[in-house]
Amino acid sequence: MYSASDLRKGLKVEVDGVPYIITEFNFMKPGKGQAVYNCRLKNMITGATLSKTYRSNDKIDAPQIGQKTLKYSYQEADHYVFMDDNYEQILISAEVLGESRFFLVEDISVDVLFHNDSPVEAVLPNFVDKKIIYTEPGARGNTSTNVQKPATLEGGYEIQVPLFVNQGDIIRIDTRTGKYADRASRK
Amino acid sequence: MRISDDISVLRIRSKALQCVRRFFSDRGFIEVETPVRIPVPALELHIDAEESGDWYLRTSPELHMKRLMAEGCDRIFQIGACFRRGERGRLHSPEHTMLEWYRRDADYMDMLVDTKALMAFVFSEVIGSTMLEYAGRKIEIMPVWECFTVEDAYLRFAGWNPVAQFDPDRFDVDLAEKIEPQLFLDMPVVLKDYPVEAAALARCKPGNRAVAERWELYIGGLELANAFSELIDPGEQRKRFEICAEKRRNMGKDAYSMDAEFLSALEKGMPPCGGVALGIDRLIMLLSGAIEIDKVRAFCI
Repeated sequence: MYSASDLRKGLKVEVDGVPYIITEFNFMKPGKGQAVYNCRLKNMITGATLSKTYRSNDKIDAPQIGQKTLKYSYQEADHYVFMDDNYEQILISAEVLGESRFFLVEDISVDVLFHNDSPVEAVLPNFVDKKIIYTEPGARGNTSTNVQKPATLEGGYEIQVPLFVNQGDIIRIDTRTGKYADRASRK
Repeated sequence: MRISDDISVLRIRSKALQCVRRFFSDRGFIEVETPVRIPVPALELHIDAEESGDWYLRTSPELHMKRLMAEGCDRIFQIGACFRRGERGRLHSPEHTMLEWYRRDADYMDMLVDTKALMAFVFSEVIGSTMLEYAGRKIEIMPVWECFTVEDAYLRFAGWNPVAQFDPDRFDVDLAEKIEPQLFLDMPVVLKDYPVEAAALARCKPGNRAVAERWELYIGGLELANAFSELIDPGEQRKRFEICAEKRRNMGKDAYSMDAEFLSALEKGMPPCGGVALGIDRLIMLLSGAIEIDKVRAFCI
């Protein structure tokens, strides 16, 4: 259970049995009145958002969140199939994975948070390696890392890479930012 | 403790403080300093004090300044740090700088005249004009100020009358969500005549026990200043403190003991006076165009 003064951006709360994450948070305290906390909440399962106002005496439920480490297997339509230690299959939707679905690589370990038995958030390793399947050749001799060009990753995600990166190279991606970090190996 | 990203605002801040001091000394006010660390904080329902050993840091200099008025001061002002526990947001810092001034034989509307003159002076001196651009909108500080009674504002923007029947929760939430967003006009806005339940340390209107002589000033949507015709009746003041302490206890908060020295000063007799508290940080926000309070202080707390 949280009190209103615990609320902040990024906190996970439970409203009517549904887990939400606070995406925006405003502390308001007009004219000697009580504090009013205006929050934007994102449903951790469906991604839908709603606004909610809490007053200083309100109590807010904390969601019971469990964690498991799963291995990624393969994609099946809109869902992504993971395996736990007992080789049980667990499906996670594209909404829950968000952008990180583009950085999944077979057999990587992913920390998945569960609310009751529903997966609500997946945290990938900070860095993953993926192959570039398409990019225009860079201008010869230009090795500057400041100039970038678009490249398409295996699985279809478009990312900005330095000019010296070629089609067929494997690059390292920072999954927290979704940005190019390094070249892992050349074609 | 992080230093501010852009310390150029300190130049504006310094100039504004000099202007405020000049304004008051030109009008015969004396600058005073009252204790920052005090045995008991002023009893307010929704203001919590930071503890400092067995004592507290002041949440406002109000009670000590009024004791000076009771002692015979005519016109006093103070600029200094105040501390409020748990107040952190775009417009709130747990340590902030407050300007307070008190004038003998004045009521809240006299204090509004002072405030208007102060704003005209500070804006002209610091930014060279009383035309202001803030949060993408133009505001004319002079000459006209819009004025709503609390009753009118709630009837118009929230659809009910808190003076006829007070509902504290609804009052606070509607103020934040329905009233304040309507108070960002192209001129300063005054909200006045609060329900007695929200009067704090203001006296009631003569002949109307339901309404207290209190106003709040908004400029650019920022709540900038609060004023009272000060309550000087010791019996009434003691009763309000008792009610407030009782409510705080029921809310599970520290009920703070009453400031006995303040009450005995009222009992010895205090002349009628008006007082204003004005947030210096928010004034600097308006003068510098900053939309977060952290941008106008040298260090972020």
